[in-house]
Amino acid sequence: MFTTLKQRSGRIMEIPKSFLGYKRENGRAGTRNHVIILPVDDISNACAEAVANNIKGTIALPHSYGRLQFGADLELHFRTMIGTGSNPNVAAVIVIGIEPKWTKKIVDGIAKTGKPVEGFHIERTGDIGTVMKASKKAQEFVMWSSEKQREECAMSDLWISVKCGESDTTSGLAANPTVGNLMDKLEPMGVHLCFGETSELTGAEKVCATRGATKEASDKFMKTWSAYNDFILKEATDDLSESQPTAGNIAGGLTTIEEKAFGNFQKIGNCKFIDVLEPAEEPKKGKGLYFMDTSSAAAECVTLQAAAGFNIHLFPTGQGNIVGNPIEPVIKLTANPLTVKGMGEHIDCDVSKILSREMNMSQAGDELIKTTMRVANGRLTCAEALGHKEFVMTKLYRSA
Amino acid sequence: MATDIIIHDQKDNVGVVVIEKVTPKQDCECWIMENDSSIDIQSLDEIPLGHKIAMADLKEGDTILKYGHDIGKVVKSIKKGEHVHVHNVKTKKW
Repeated sequence: MFTTLKQRSGRIMEIPKSFLGYKRENGRAGTRNHVIILPVDDISNACAEAVANNIKGTIALPHSYGRLQFGADLELHFRTMIGTGSNPNVAAVIVIGIEPKWTKKIVDGIAKTGKPVEGFHIERTGDIGTVMKASKKAQEFVMWSSEKQREECAMSDLWISVKCGESDTTSGLAANPTVGNLMDKLEPMGVHLCFGETSELTGAEKVCATRGATKEASDKFMKTWSAYNDFILKEATDDLSESQPTAGNIAGGLTTIEEKAFGNFQKIGNCKFIDVLEPAEEPKKGKGLYFMDTSSAAAECVTLQAAAGFNIHLFPTGQGNIVGNPIEPVIKLTANPLTVKGMGEHIDCDVSKILSREMNMSQAGDELIKTTMRVANGRLTCAEALGHKEFVMTKLYRSA
Repeated sequence: MATDIIIHDQKDNVGVVVIEKVTPKQDCECWIMENDSSIDIQSLDEIPLGHKIAMADLKEGDTILKYGHDIGKVVKSIKKGEHVHVHNVKTKKW
């Protein structure tokens, strides 16, 4: 169950070779076993929530969009819907939409994974008839999924996404480098890794580009970042120097946008990214680190990463972000002792001893690995226990 | 093993205060995380938690290194032990 890995510091750390997960039909493995009720569009939320209320152990994922979208924005909508249903943390899916065509498109996309999925459209049936039909199928799915057992899965079945939020100086000092230390230790185990936050890499973009594993990956990153920067320069009334760093960042000691960006960037350790993903795009180049073009808003970013197939999330915070996700468990860590003291119910892993030098970075990384394995094996995260299920679709522009 | 200041990278010319504040003429213990080593510095200013201290004399136009990377330029000369912030350092971005 354990293998030894020589660390950069020379010390030996035991890293688990496996976790207990749910094996799926397409060869992936989940850390959770959800049956989800997925509305295609905003007006189908009521129906989806009624089904989830009827059938215990299912979860509805209401959201605000899915009507009159077009072009790249519509493609992203479908990619997020299909990706969420396809995530290995999901055992089976009920899809409910107003119209048959878009509903079927999402059902067909999820069906490629081989998992049970069934679609229902409300037009010509109404909410009550649809809720009845969908509830019967949801009951069948949840009773079937309840017999699934956790089995030993390789570490390489872990797909780990990261994103930080409510950052302060302790984030760049300790919590983010702790995530980087975990990445350095787990990358050789063949895990998939993903970081995003295009906007918050501004100031470190050139150095970030050098962390591409190939020239192609580096060029793709610069192209993605430049497209974002052009958008900011076009939309913004000033150059962001008044808002980045924020007044709060400056009060906390952050001086420049570069300093903030390099703090963020600590999360990837010494890893190199092998490819750049569109929002919610599934990685296709095998194990290793990926960059995804995402917003830096917590719930949007995690929703996109979950839709790309990531099955466990690490979220370093300074002042205390509380975000969760309905299908991807979100593990919070902080190095800020005041945050641990004041809102400890949100913190899964406390690395505040780094600041008092009672813990070094490698020990903090080990602690985070232990927490990650416990959550992968089934321990609830703070966000799960507190009922955080933020599912937020990214919208690229206004609907027709 | 108590530490007053943390320095990320051996190349850095600034450190970050991790106690409530350092006061002028305080002898401070600094921990360099990259190689887990220690150095000392005497502060010249009062510097609050999370804020930076200069680990060397810096002149106008010099580059500030933190995390081993360029995080901005010196716009007003800084003595070793002084507070480093928006009054003497600016972004190179704009």
